[in-house]
Amino acid sequence: MRHGKYPFVIGFLAAPVTIYVVFVIAPYAQAFYMALTNWRGLSPGRFVGLENFTRLFQDDVFWKALQHHGILLLALPLITIVIALFLAFMLNVGGGSQKGVMTGVWGSKFYRVVFFLPQVLAVAILGVLFQAIYRPDGSGMINSLVAKVGLEPIGFLINPDLALWSIIAVLVWQAVGFYVVLFSAGMSNIPKDIYEAAMLDGATRMSMFFRVTLPLLWDTLQVAWVYLGIAAFDAFAIVQTLSVDQGGPDGSTTVIGMEIYRNAFTYSKYGYASAMGVALFFLTITFAALSLRVSRRESVEM
Amino acid sequence: MAVDTVKPAAASSAAPSPEKTRREVNLLAGFGHAFLAVWALLIIAPLVWTFLASFKTNEEIFGDAWTMPGALRLDNWARAWSEAHVGQYFLNSVFVVALSTAGTMLLGAMAAYVLARYSFWGNRAIYYLFVSGLAFPVFLALVPLFFVVRNLGLLNSYVGLILVYIAYSLPFTVFFLAAFFKSLPNSVAEAATMDGASHTRLFFQVMMPMARSGLISITIFNVIGQWNQYLLPLALLQGEGAEEKWVLTQGIANISTSAGFDADWGGLFAALTMAILPMIVIYAIFQRQIQSGLTSGAVK
Repeated sequence: MRHGKYPFVIGFLAAPVTIYVVFVIAPYAQAFYMALTNWRGLSPGRFVGLENFTRLFQDDVFWKALQHHGILLLALPLITIVIALFLAFMLNVGGGSQKGVMTGVWGSKFYRVVFFLPQVLAVAILGVLFQAIYRPDGSGMINSLVAKVGLEPIGFLINPDLALWSIIAVLVWQAVGFYVVLFSAGMSNIPKDIYEAAMLDGATRMSMFFRVTLPLLWDTLQVAWVYLGIAAFDAFAIVQTLSVDQGGPDGSTTVIGMEIYRNAFTYSKYGYASAMGVALFFLTITFAALSLRVSRRESVEM
Repeated sequence: MAVDTVKPAAASSAAPSPEKTRREVNLLAGFGHAFLAVWALLIIAPLVWTFLASFKTNEEIFGDAWTMPGALRLDNWARAWSEAHVGQYFLNSVFVVALSTAGTMLLGAMAAYVLARYSFWGNRAIYYLFVSGLAFPVFLALVPLFFVVRNLGLLNSYVGLILVYIAYSLPFTVFFLAAFFKSLPNSVAEAATMDGASHTRLFFQVMMPMARSGLISITIFNVIGQWNQYLLPLALLQGEGAEEKWVLTQGIANISTSAGFDADWGGLFAALTMAILPMIVIYAIFQRQIQSGLTSGAVK
């Protein structure tokens, strides 16, 4: 090509690659090595091979965390996608046909702005906010209403049966807006005349949704499922800020990220924590690869 | 168009009568409207409630949650701003995010541009090295990162924090912008080269302006991401005098964890409101770009 290509390429890549390798790649590489040692932060760690991993598979807390990821993996995508799909459908074609163009319901512009809003709020802020919402007495936003109806206050975060679901609700609350926008983008790619044709044939909105929108949106749904699945493995910050007693009560909300954090920063078991991290990494990668493969289906050409 | 999989819903005979359709439509629309309104309320109510709580006294906050504050107590805000140092943390966040977003955009755009438009040995390897960073959980790197930063003598310094922010923002930035630079037309670049523009000039004077919409989207994305960052400053801003350097999320988390029943809850909610409001304002101004930017990054 043109002269001076290599000096230019190297000049442009040098700084970003250096910063990236020093601060991202090197720490991760060390974490992978650390997983094979019994390093505890003081003396240099001894190489112990796969010992951390065999211990990991006998660790009840790890299995409990894994079980919670299983629940998250099913509940989070399912609830989020169902709500987001319904909202997106209402916002885009719910208003019916006006002068031959499918429109959203009245106020859809406003709704679109509001629904996405939680996406820009920091997790640290959400933590404080939802602690106030979930407070177990009459000063909690929800329990104040519950008390007005004359029911017993609900211990959202302190009841072991409810705590994980209360946290899932926060994750859904935050995520839905993003998927409404994602699905709206997908829906706007569906040619209007398909809806027109269906409309003329007297299709109800219900059948339009299940027979037109859903099949044509399959690719976007797949992306959403993978994203939410990865988020399910990544759910750490919200558990840390919301759960009582770091993953409690009594371990009922703990996730792998929480256990990594606890083992590393509370017990200084860096080697063991890194082994968990490596396990989490492979779980995430496997999930992403599997779900992309399983849900691959002939997409509709347009 | 091949939409064979889509059966033209209900061909004639099965078509419901117009009247029935209308009733069904009304019912669904009614339910739909209600659900939209309820969901909007679920989002707005906690934020409005936080805003109101920022004027309440401790007694009011621990009383019935749905009563209005007795008076417009602006002193909550004043205390949060000065005594709880929210003002200081706020400025720290602005400073750090401004510099690190600028750095991320410059370095990310440079790397993405070269990776997208030049073929050279190792191109794919470097590209995948960057993209692989999207798959790692951040807290896995936290301990080693702490030692890397400490060994470089950058612990508890903004330089260290900014470099780390840049490094962790690069994967998505490069991933997103590389796709964007690839989509730009070749003809303009060729014309500029014919006119004798150097590679560097081509980048800064032709390609950067052409990629403006993509750059804006990803800038907003990085501003939000870095503004909301919590784990990295927690790990890297510690040591003597660290409290003065804290960023906003760190400060809020600290106020909330140190807050017991005798603590200043009105101040906490004032601090929370101060942290939320600028995000809402920025979001309201840029919401179109934010939404289109985030989703185009997701779909590609």
